[in-house]
Amino acid sequence: MSGPANNLGAFRIKGAGRLTPARTSRFTFDGKSYTAMEGDTVASALLAHGVHLIGRSFKYHRPRGVLSAGPEEPNALLDVSRDAARRQPNVRATVQEVFDGAKISSQNRWPSLAFDVGAVNNLMSPFFAAGFYYKTFMWPKEAWTKIYEPIIRRAAGLGVAPTEEDPDRYANRYAHCDVLIAGAGVAGLTAALSAAATGAEVILVDEQPEVGGALHSDATTTIDGKNGFDWAQGAAAKLKAMPNVRVLTRTTVFGYYNHGFLGLAERVSDHLDRPGRDVPRERLWQVRAGRVIIATGSIERHMVFANNDRPGIMLASAARTFLNHHGVAVGRRVGVYTAHDSAYEAAFDLKRAGVAIAAIVDCREQPGEAVLAEARLLGIDVLTGHSVTNTGGRLRINSMTVARNGNFDIRKIKVDALIVSAGWTPSVHLFSQSRGKLRYDEAQQRFLPDIYAQDCVSVGGCKGTDDLAELIDEAITAGGGRLALVGENRFDWTGGMIGAGEGAGPDTTVKAFVDFQHDVTAKDIRLAVREGMHSIEHIKRFTTNGMASDQGKLSNMHGLAIAAEMLDRPIPKVGLTTFRAPYTPVTYGTLVGHSRGDLFDPTRKTPMHDLEAAAGAEFEDVGNWKRAWYFPRRGEDMVAAVNRECRTVRDVAGVFDASTLGKIEVVGPDAAQFLNLLYTNAWDTLKPGKCRYGIMTREDGFIYDDGVVGRLAEDRFHVTTTTGGAPRVLNHMEDYLQTEFPHLKVWLTSTTEQWAVIAVQGPKAREIIAPLVEGLDISNEAFPHMSVAECTVMGVPARLFRMSFTGELGFEVNVPADYGAAVWQAIWERAERMGACLYGTESMHVLRAEKGYLIVGQDTDGTVTPDDSGYGWAVSKKKTDFVGIRGLKRPDLVRDGRKQLVGLVTNRPSDVLEEGAQIVADPNQPKPMTMLGHVTSAYWSENCGRSIAMALVAGGRSLIGQTLFIPMKDRTIAVEVTDTVFFDKEGGRIHG
Amino acid sequence: MRKYSVFAVAREALRGHKGWEAQWTSPEPRSSYDVIIVGGGGHGLGAAYYLAKEHGITNVAVIEKGWLGGGNTGRNTTIIRSNYLYEESMDIYEHSLKLWEGLSQDLNYNTMYSPRGVMMLSHNVHDQQSFKRHINANRLYGIDNEWLTPEQAKAFVPVLDIAKTARYPINGAALQRRGGTARHDAVAWGYARAASDRGVHIIQNCEVTGIRRGPGGEVQGVETSRGFIGAKKVGVSAAGHSSVVMEMAGVRVPLHSNPLQALVSEPLKPIFPCVVMSNTVHAYISQSDKGELVIGAGTDQYNSYSQTGGLQIITHTLDAICELFPMFRRVKMMRQWGGITDNTPDRSPIQGVTPVPGLFVNCGWGTGGFKATPGSANLFAHLIAKGEPHRLAAGLNLDRFRTGRLIDEAAAAAVAH
Amino acid sequence: MLLIHCPYCEEDRSELEFRWAGEAHIARPENIAAISDEEFAEFFFLRNNEKGLTYERWRHIHGCGRFFNAARDTVSDRFLMTYKAGLPKQQVPETGASEKTVETYEATEGDAR
Repeated sequence: MSGPANNLGAFRIKGAGRLTPARTSRFTFDGKSYTAMEGDTVASALLAHGVHLIGRSFKYHRPRGVLSAGPEEPNALLDVSRDAARRQPNVRATVQEVFDGAKISSQNRWPSLAFDVGAVNNLMSPFFAAGFYYKTFMWPKEAWTKIYEPIIRRAAGLGVAPTEEDPDRYANRYAHCDVLIAGAGVAGLTAALSAAATGAEVILVDEQPEVGGALHSDATTTIDGKNGFDWAQGAAAKLKAMPNVRVLTRTTVFGYYNHGFLGLAERVSDHLDRPGRDVPRERLWQVRAGRVIIATGSIERHMVFANNDRPGIMLASAARTFLNHHGVAVGRRVGVYTAHDSAYEAAFDLKRAGVAIAAIVDCREQPGEAVLAEARLLGIDVLTGHSVTNTGGRLRINSMTVARNGNFDIRKIKVDALIVSAGWTPSVHLFSQSRGKLRYDEAQQRFLPDIYAQDCVSVGGCKGTDDLAELIDEAITAGGGRLALVGENRFDWTGGMIGAGEGAGPDTTVKAFVDFQHDVTAKDIRLAVREGMHSIEHIKRFTTNGMASDQGKLSNMHGLAIAAEMLDRPIPKVGLTTFRAPYTPVTYGTLVGHSRGDLFDPTRKTPMHDLEAAAGAEFEDVGNWKRAWYFPRRGEDMVAAVNRECRTVRDVAGVFDASTLGKIEVVGPDAAQFLNLLYTNAWDTLKPGKCRYGIMTREDGFIYDDGVVGRLAEDRFHVTTTTGGAPRVLNHMEDYLQTEFPHLKVWLTSTTEQWAVIAVQGPKAREIIAPLVEGLDISNEAFPHMSVAECTVMGVPARLFRMSFTGELGFEVNVPADYGAAVWQAIWERAERMGACLYGTESMHVLRAEKGYLIVGQDTDGTVTPDDSGYGWAVSKKKTDFVGIRGLKRPDLVRDGRKQLVGLVTNRPSDVLEEGAQIVADPNQPKPMTMLGHVTSAYWSENCGRSIAMALVAGGRSLIGQTLFIPMKDRTIAVEVTDTVFFDKEGGRIHG
Repeated sequence: MRKYSVFAVAREALRGHKGWEAQWTSPEPRSSYDVIIVGGGGHGLGAAYYLAKEHGITNVAVIEKGWLGGGNTGRNTTIIRSNYLYEESMDIYEHSLKLWEGLSQDLNYNTMYSPRGVMMLSHNVHDQQSFKRHINANRLYGIDNEWLTPEQAKAFVPVLDIAKTARYPINGAALQRRGGTARHDAVAWGYARAASDRGVHIIQNCEVTGIRRGPGGEVQGVETSRGFIGAKKVGVSAAGHSSVVMEMAGVRVPLHSNPLQALVSEPLKPIFPCVVMSNTVHAYISQSDKGELVIGAGTDQYNSYSQTGGLQIITHTLDAICELFPMFRRVKMMRQWGGITDNTPDRSPIQGVTPVPGLFVNCGWGTGGFKATPGSANLFAHLIAKGEPHRLAAGLNLDRFRTGRLIDEAAAAAVAH
Repeated sequence: MLLIHCPYCEEDRSELEFRWAGEAHIARPENIAAISDEEFAEFFFLRNNEKGLTYERWRHIHGCGRFFNAARDTVSDRFLMTYKAGLPKQQVPETGASEKTVETYEATEGDAR
């Protein structure tokens, strides 16, 4: 909503900040309506209205406010929605920009934020010390699952997961660049200007809506003679205008992976009032960078002292950002508690804006001279060598308790906000993710980049460079160009501390929070050490310090220092927990991008797919393929359709789409020799114009694939594979051809998608296709079973196979894929007139089982040899070498009692076994039973008038004629072991 | 050892928890031990515990190069189940599951074993055949595993999308109700505490750099970053580094070490009641007691010891998760990490004697070792104590790669571990 | 995601185009039918699984389709070189990355300098 400003908030300071009231928007927080200015975050807008109570903590449900002004925020996590389906839990109020109509709610409280029943946990907190759950809830045993765990789970968790499918769109981009720069503060912008000047392709990335980084909070720094923030905007404009530079704002470099690969998450439209339908919500950038310049700055730390978590207590730099950028005062009477000079500047800015500064409490005896002098000048009371040892207030701070260090005399000072600073932690996250190694800077108590593992360089705050001039020089050098740039800031900062402050030492029991979101206190960390957790990883896991959604950006260094003190070991010896991606949380949607629904995985369809669909086919998934499963007619269920199809194929004929079978063209003078090595069969004896069923094993001797291979000429074979096996078989062949048998002159080409394959099977098959076939005599004499020839079908060049997977007279017509539909239609028109049917994979399965034909992957499982499956005849005894020849001879592969493929018939013909059912000799034995094998295929056979099955059974062939048992859940089925051929045992029909 | 109980916690609450003692001690290593276990993960610590508890062998040291549970014990997605196909697998995983059921009480440490059910989704006829083969084998072996229709699966996991229009629609599921999750760190710590209490030495930050062998080839002890430590028997249980350690004794084991990644979301209120796995779309997911959605990703294709992996593995996994649970697209990934899995050619573990007298190995658990922790540890202790494998682990020997008697769960099942 | 130099295409390409193909320089025995069970197990199953410098095969499966060899450090995942199939095992350059190898950042724990 644009227009005149409504109530923009009582804490807006006239003339302060960079936002303009030209555009405003309205949003609700826990049902109450507020107005925000363009550029407001949810945090700044709420603070403008004096709202500090924003959330509840994870464990103790303590009231919490805004701690930071950036992505490190641990407290102010909210539920933000546009509408019912566009609801996002755990949104950081300090990052989310207000959009018009936003519905925002607090989390983890009931019934309301101000009155939260869960806060009883705070009273119980002595019981809920770190790791307490490992020590209890064990009795009685069943109670853990039934009582304790459900209670714990309900209490845990922050936001409520979305329950509706996300209607938003997410985009994905790949990019390459010479230099990627993470962070567009002074260092990043300078490095970008320098790199861009060399003509390099540059991508500059910053997580905030505008560039500037720490300049957001600043009011006094000048660069190039201009106000720092204004200079930054100018620099960005200049960069954006350059053809070799891409500037991405609202974009976080969340992961630095191997070989210069980075993941970036761009928030494209979450800040817009009404994003158009064509705009994605977020975009994943996957960037391969030649070089990376890390300019991610540093993050201010809080002070660790008793009750340091009340709403109204926040980082000094945050208060400064809210004032200088958003024009919002965080209170009317603000206390300062610091160990670092930087907080003084926040106090100065607030004071100049008319906010009362209750006192600057500095735990150091000697702060920087310059800031002390300025404080004096501004009339601010500075208590050096003092500490804040406690705070008062319920839903917001109302007082701070101050004591001289080491002294018990305390005084309470009234405040409505307390800003704190313990100094700055360099953001070494990306450097560490790149697998660089850190060193510890003892003087400044910080970890800094040391050994680089990838082609990257850190500049500025994240490298520990504090001096502005030095930082600019460093950034220019990193960029590789030349640049003249002068920066000036008013104060050089000193100071900093890590660990617990005064009044929160080892002898105390106060709640001094280290990790706000997870309610980890200094005493929790000490307890962990006391319990033997001496590794920082153990301390982290025992206390959950640093494991919340901010991943320890504020808490890690404090936790480490407290542990080191307890352990009496230097900090680098205690170590640092691993920095892992993502830098800040990334929605799954961003990572998924377009990969949803049909784009989740490619769908492969045969050239005849649409015709089959029109004929009423139901399809099944086989790998990526959609295969016609069965063709129900009106009123038919699957069983009826399959029965009809099976009967019709044997009585008349059926037409089947076999296009998904893998096809590989094997060509060259050594083609036969090559196939001799790759298949167990012998191929040199196969004459051109003939085809043969082949079995492929790997070196281990187990069946890997099978298929019919036709020899078209001395030097040309048409190899078919299983539907699922085509890619791996080709890879397997290429591997041997390129690396083991490179002397063979053979070329391999995948032709799976080049040929449409129409199988016509049944007594009338010849009659159906004969008029369409040209240039080939397909009579039984001229073209017997297992023949192959090139001819034309309807004028289309074709390869015709006389082969059968049904045991009937059969042909497989291969035509170029583009002609598949037309030829299919022509064949089907004739077939239909003759009373034939279309049939799908289910009938194909039944028909081949009636004949005992194998399906690799169903009747074999990667542990079955050719002999096990009854195909020992396909293994040449004459060849001196083939892949698998040695593996087949291993002791376990030739032992007695191996599982062999046999047939099973149930005593009651109508019983159809369950595929996967297990077989025993004695159904009355106690469990665990000795299982002899399992049913691999089982069907109702309409043609046999009974059920049939195939099974892998230990010593199966020697058990033919015997009765075995299949104990099912509700009954035991007796079966007789048979051979695997159930129909036309003599096999005459195939030669019809 | 001070007993953990609600009363002990209450008592300590009144005095600021100042009375808790270290859960395990960190003694200086002795010059020699009866048994040294290399690797302070759940399997190694557990083996030490069972050596002391069940075999009376307490002069034992567990040597860990980093921190306890810092390998795959502390990096996995904590799935527990026993519905494997082959008898060798069912034996050890079911033995393990039974131990899980009483582990908290046995160790006096809440390992939070939570039998919330492990559901495997079936997407096609092939899955269905394979799952039913498992279900029937499990039933006859006395292991629970049942077939659910899509509607029954949806009733068990309300957020599941069972629409027929999905790219890979769900045609059923296999559910093991006793399967579930546990708290991984607690397993390492609980075993460490109980073993330490029985006299086992737990030595962290000590890297084994060599295995010393005597004139007869037998094991004499290990060289470490803290000097030589003697032992008559050495058990290696070093997960991703097993082949590196075994090489020190000149023993080659058929292993590939591959990065395996996982990720967690930000914490959410309970939404996901059990563990769901799908092999066809490559995903598995559960929700921790803390509220994070815990998601296992795939293995990178190459050998690596880097404990990191590619982003494409993560995105591919999330593609699948969001395909099954479209409402999770707005959920955020909070942390991703990697571990090093040691994978055998048949994807089944190796536990047994080696050609070196006194040297025993427990490795090759690949992506599925956590669930086996108590069972593997228990049987490994037996192997080390008796010098020969327990009946339940006899098939896991190294010799199977010579004979060809593999336990090929992957080939047979096409089910992710 | 790795960046891999295909020695046939002579280009750096994304890992998505490649398929890892196991340890390199393991020749199939000429007399395979005659070797012992132990020799077969060694040939078929046993691999070095080196921590550090490893020689491995890759296939540029979604590119030129060729198998080739690579020398890579399995700790840093850095490629030291790639070379064509059939060439003997190559010496890695002296200035290889091994001394610069960072043992993984996991190791910063307890070991920062």
